[in-house]
Amino acid sequence: MSRTAEYLPSLDTGSDDHRQDHDKITSGSLAGRGMLGVFGVAVVVGALTWLPFGSVNWARWIVVTLISYIVGTYAVARIVESPRQATDRLATAVVSSAFALVLLPLISVIWTVIDKGSNRFDWQFYSQTMRGVVGEGGGAYHAIIGTLIITGLTTLFAVPFGLLTAIYLVEYGGNSRFAKAVTGLVDVMTGIPSIVAGLFAYALFVLIDGPGHRSGLAGAIALTLLMTPVVVRASEEMLRLVPNELREASYALGVPKWKTIVKVVLPTAIAGILTGIVLAIARVIGETAPLLVTAGLAQGTNWNPLDGRMTTLPVYTYQAYKFPTLPPQASIDRAWAAALTLVIIVAVLFTAARLLSSILKPQGLK
Amino acid sequence: MNRPTISSVSSARSSPQHQQSTQTHRLQNGEANMTDSRLGTSAASAESAAVDLNAPVDLPNRIDVADLNIFYGDFQAVENVSMTINPQSITALIGPSGCGKSTFLRSLNRMHEVINGAYVKGSVLINGHDLYGPSVDPVAVRRKIGMVFQRPNPFPTMSIADNVLAGMRLNSRRTNRPDAEDLVEKSLRGANLWNEVKDRLGKPGSSLSGGQQQRLCIARAIAVSPDVLLMDEPCSALDPISTLAIEELMLELKSNYNIVIVTHNMQQAARVSDRTGFFNIEGTGKPGKLIEMDATEKIFSNPGEQETQDYVTGRFG
Repeated sequence: MSRTAEYLPSLDTGSDDHRQDHDKITSGSLAGRGMLGVFGVAVVVGALTWLPFGSVNWARWIVVTLISYIVGTYAVARIVESPRQATDRLATAVVSSAFALVLLPLISVIWTVIDKGSNRFDWQFYSQTMRGVVGEGGGAYHAIIGTLIITGLTTLFAVPFGLLTAIYLVEYGGNSRFAKAVTGLVDVMTGIPSIVAGLFAYALFVLIDGPGHRSGLAGAIALTLLMTPVVVRASEEMLRLVPNELREASYALGVPKWKTIVKVVLPTAIAGILTGIVLAIARVIGETAPLLVTAGLAQGTNWNPLDGRMTTLPVYTYQAYKFPTLPPQASIDRAWAAALTLVIIVAVLFTAARLLSSILKPQGLK
Repeated sequence: MNRPTISSVSSARSSPQHQQSTQTHRLQNGEANMTDSRLGTSAASAESAAVDLNAPVDLPNRIDVADLNIFYGDFQAVENVSMTINPQSITALIGPSGCGKSTFLRSLNRMHEVINGAYVKGSVLINGHDLYGPSVDPVAVRRKIGMVFQRPNPFPTMSIADNVLAGMRLNSRRTNRPDAEDLVEKSLRGANLWNEVKDRLGKPGSSLSGGQQQRLCIARAIAVSPDVLLMDEPCSALDPISTLAIEELMLELKSNYNIVIVTHNMQQAARVSDRTGFFNIEGTGKPGKLIEMDATEKIFSNPGEQETQDYVTGRFG
């Protein structure tokens, strides 16, 4: 209860019921309209910055708004409310401003990609390849197929490796020296620069097939190196969250260890593991550099991952931007459309994982 | 083993007065339910003081522990425990925290081996077979000797019915539908839970209250038809009413199972058990020892050792 309430008029006129309820607890406070007022003033102060500069700049407006909001909140709360409340409001303002700042690039990226990508968001783009296209038109059909094949193969390789490693570390490894070494190596692997993974896969296939080797499989191997540690880390965390009581309950029923893992531990953790796997896929689906050296650039559809060049959407984007056809705008539009397609694929994957997770999640833990 | 089927159990819902009732009251209450034929033996032994509870009973599933030492790596948790656990009775193990009674209990179905580096010296004989014999499979031991844990731990991914069937399902034993339904009903009735959950068998096991979850865990444990039931502080996470329900259940189950219970609650040990073993520890880092084991009444009224006397009267330490 603030003492100031007695002699200072509340900034909150409290017209609706909800506010009044809130007010009873924090009487004489800035809650609700008061804070809204401070924020409104901050927005106006931000907008005033166009006067000295003569033009509207969104970034400047937002930054000035947030700064005046933080300073204003503290000052007003200090006067109207107690110093403790002012500190509380300052912390809240800083945290929410930081959140807004982080959110800005995300919104900006999504907006730009949709805005620029929609120029070529047409059927032709999704049904044609770049074979024989020198000017306008053309599409990314071959790159979508390439992305699906290479990412699919990568997932096929990385998930069993990663999941089995995580199961070893959590269920069998314990505190053994080998388990600690594996954990350390997985950490090191997480830090491998993607181009190094690409060069490794290329060198491997040169040893097998000779110099100049290009194939989707080589690309998938390179990406597997990048994806496996992410899968290990995510699955390990999820498996460790499964309470030991459940394992003991299963052992006490005379269930062998491997069956306990397959039928009790994995089903309990599956929702989180799936989310982790999709995050790992999202991590590698946007890789460009390792694919440039392993899968190369292609203009047409290649269904065979074992032989020949294969293009993915990020590589397609790079190619369209770096080596534009004439007129260049057509190429740049294609690059943006490919970026939009990539974002859509990741969004679809995330939605699917979320749905699957909520279906598979243990009923009692919902 | 020819075990009588678990027939319908009258669900005596607990009334508040029940909680404060004395042991005599409980025994009378027990007698009221003893129309059930399978309680005959225990009723007889409880009634006549002539029966020596300490004498080894010549019935199947008696457990004979001889010079058992339990180690975790270099650390010795339990030293030289020898005892006979008679079937068709409840044996309580009491003692201060860290005295090794839980470890001892877990060594009776080799559950302590789940912890790396755990091993034992000595022997645990059940029906003349050494649990720690060279050709004994710990998994098979655990199928014969069931366990109920301190905290209720139903499988969160499974429904109430599936939890009861977990022992069979997880072991991939095929059962047809009617048999499975029978087993679910029989086990839930045995655990005094049927009437409360019969309309929601498909709901998740974790949707039940704590006491119901614990009884579900007991139903799960008895569904695999073990010979022995080990209970590690089964009521410590429960309220008094649920505790009463579980204690009544133990008294009903003891004619079919050899029950061993670890408890911190001495009133509970006094209420339910036929014999009580007192474990103690000299100091931290020292192994726990069995100080004394005798008929429950004697342990709580006139124990042989001063240490036991101090512990049960609360003058410990």
